[in-house]
Amino acid sequence: MPDKVRVPIGPQHPALKEPESFLLTLVGEQITEMSVRLGYNHRGIEKACEGRTYVQDVYLIERVCGICSHSHSTAFVQAVEEIAGLEVPKRGLYIRTLVAELERVHSHLLWLGVAGHEIGFDTLLMYTWRDREVVMDLLALLTGNRVNYGMNTIGGVRRDIAEGQKQGILNAVDALESRTKYYIEVASQEVTLINRLSGVGVVSHEDAIRLGAVGPTGRASNVARDARKDDPYAVYADLDFKVITSDHNDVYGRTLVRVGELMESYKMIRQLVRNMPEGPVAVKAPRKIPAGEAVSRYEAPRGEDVHYVRANGTDKPERVKIRAPTLANVQCVAHMLKDRYLADLPIVIAAIDPCFSCTDRLIAVHGAGREPQTMDWEAVRRYGIEWYRARGTDFTDLNKKLRVKIA
Amino acid sequence: MDILVSLFYILIFPGILFLGVFSLATEFVDRKLHARLQNRIGPPWFQPLADFIKLAGKEDVVPDQADRTVFKLMPILAVTGSVTAFLYIPVWGTNALWAFPGDVVVVLYLLTIPTLTFFLGGWYSGSPYSLIGAARAITQLFAYEIPLFLSILAPALLADTWSLSEMAQFYARHPGYTPVNIVAFAVAVVALLGKLEKGPFDIPEAETEIVAGTFTEYSGRLLAMFRLALGIEMVVGASLIAAVFLPFGLGVGPVIGFVLYLAKVLFVVCLLSLLRTVLARLRIDQMISFCWKIVAPIAFLQLLVDLLAKGILHG
Amino acid sequence: MKKPGKMLWEVLGSLLAKPATVNYPTVKVEMPENFRGKLAFHAEKCIGCKLCMRDCPTAAITIRKVGEKRFECEIDFSKCIYCAQCVDVCPKKALETTREFELAELARGKLKVLFDAPPAAEIQPEPPPPVKPA
Repeated sequence: MPDKVRVPIGPQHPALKEPESFLLTLVGEQITEMSVRLGYNHRGIEKACEGRTYVQDVYLIERVCGICSHSHSTAFVQAVEEIAGLEVPKRGLYIRTLVAELERVHSHLLWLGVAGHEIGFDTLLMYTWRDREVVMDLLALLTGNRVNYGMNTIGGVRRDIAEGQKQGILNAVDALESRTKYYIEVASQEVTLINRLSGVGVVSHEDAIRLGAVGPTGRASNVARDARKDDPYAVYADLDFKVITSDHNDVYGRTLVRVGELMESYKMIRQLVRNMPEGPVAVKAPRKIPAGEAVSRYEAPRGEDVHYVRANGTDKPERVKIRAPTLANVQCVAHMLKDRYLADLPIVIAAIDPCFSCTDRLIAVHGAGREPQTMDWEAVRRYGIEWYRARGTDFTDLNKKLRVKIA
Repeated sequence: MDILVSLFYILIFPGILFLGVFSLATEFVDRKLHARLQNRIGPPWFQPLADFIKLAGKEDVVPDQADRTVFKLMPILAVTGSVTAFLYIPVWGTNALWAFPGDVVVVLYLLTIPTLTFFLGGWYSGSPYSLIGAARAITQLFAYEIPLFLSILAPALLADTWSLSEMAQFYARHPGYTPVNIVAFAVAVVALLGKLEKGPFDIPEAETEIVAGTFTEYSGRLLAMFRLALGIEMVVGASLIAAVFLPFGLGVGPVIGFVLYLAKVLFVVCLLSLLRTVLARLRIDQMISFCWKIVAPIAFLQLLVDLLAKGILHG
Repeated sequence: MKKPGKMLWEVLGSLLAKPATVNYPTVKVEMPENFRGKLAFHAEKCIGCKLCMRDCPTAAITIRKVGEKRFECEIDFSKCIYCAQCVDVCPKKALETTREFELAELARGKLKVLFDAPPAAEIQPEPPPPVKPA
């Protein structure tokens, strides 16, 4: 058996739901080195935002990610409302928070299923996703779509909740709560599951703070940070809920944190439905947002999502910057997998709940020794070809198949 | 005349054609049961056949770094190994087609050949994923092979014979001794899961970790043959377990005996499917420690029990 | 207490229960009310203000004048993201969402849907102003 094998996990791999490149060096089944390359999902959203009006940008920002779409949309809208000095009516804030917690429920149930699939436990996948359909149907009823809810608009929300729908929400939450209790039992008793999840992906408390882990990844290492408690937005200041932490420091801890957060979300949804005030759901927002800048934080299901918006008095933003939670969490992955087995890789990556669509934004590094340049299309293409040639890529085979020769 | 009869046995029944069709049927039962247990509808009855035809109609892609001869030869060897093992297993009578003393060992050896072909095929595929899968397949072989052998040899010890057919005759005559082997039955089912690379032991083909393990570079007819070999191995393994541990209704007559045989095989397949559904996949190191620390000692225990029972029988 | 096969009773129970999946496309599931599916345009209500065109995030909708107070609408459903901002912003409620979601076509051109302007006879001409007696 050769001493070291270089195995590429990604960009295309069944373990990854989105393209990223993890290049592993294996000795037998042990991972000795790992390099992470991001950027395969970069779509230029931040630049695209600058060419569209604020109203159009709400929908564009929502499509940064499918699972945490409401998170991005709310974070953006909160930043714009702060710049414009708009006061969203209470009922609008309640509806926004309700959809946010429903999104958290859907995302965590999705994660439970994905975790089951990554360790070869397809039955858990099928059952959690079957129960997730309850929340998807509810969201389709309330917002008009199963993902990308389109609930937010600058100044409030677009739709109201009818009285008749409230009982449906409470019934759905009751059904989901009993199912979640069953999954807690499975997670704490099924021995094959515990053996795959325990002791895997360990990050100590100090390392979690040093590497900047956020969300359930950090909270499983007892880093008690939650944007809903530290910096309450929407109506979280009025809600009674706990921040769930665990001191397992491993994937099992992350599972427990997410399932605990599910139970807290059900509590919060019940409070929101029962205490929803009457009134309008939105205020009219001006088309042109006055000059200013704002930073908005939001606790997405994956962690803390930070949006920065700079307005300049026109109807288009000057700069939008998004820092997704996965960018903070992916730094931990290489640390978690040091000297671990290949079989742990899928579940460790899945345990940070990666959303590379969220993560791949523009990062400008200043002072790296090169001045920024502007290139036209031909220059960029030539730069790419030279870059690959310098690393030993041979284009002769490719030239046989392409219509355009690479000289 | 004899040659024609032999050819009939080899090619039609209980040869390749029968085994092929039966393996497609058991694969359907397995997938449908797996789906229903997961609260889904599941595939229609012709799905395994459709999969086979689809694969057989696709192009065989042989990677540049692969060893062409070994790559193409392994699927054929896998099928032949599984089919040949079946010729020595008693189906509905107490006599297999070609029984001779010592055929227990031959059957178990022939069932090892498919695993070796998976290993060699993956090793010579030239892809890092198949390399790791091949290494895992051979490592897994070391884990489940001893318990499987022990669990089949323990009843053989009690029956005082090395021939499957004579074993079946012994248990048909002394049905009271079948419950003595209940522990070996459980061990055999678990070890069979390992051999078939199913259930919690589908480590060599772990889709989420190494794409498709040993089968990563296989496509087209070669992959169709590998999957057929796995299907036939399941039928053969289930028939073996049915012959050794469920020796009811042997010698009742061809038609009823055949139906009983089908029922026994389907029962074992359903057990395998149930185990596959409720357990998560193990890691290779966990599997080895599980097999050597728990399963093998239990198999040894069964061996002791059978020795004691043999003493009682003959004493 | 840790044991293997914790989900055994649950999965065995599923054998007797109705499956959670349906045999689509033989059996179809309907979307709820107010689902944001394919858009529908009511040409007789359109006044040609083009607010929908201004607010569309993907420039999927085009309103064209074909006659006096008669407007046709072309929506490119390969660009539409079904956000329904145009529905919200239309002052005359000429656009609405339907529940249709099976929108796949084999040719990209077929996704550009043209909603015709109302025929000329439907639009009532303005009655002539009363002649003031001199």
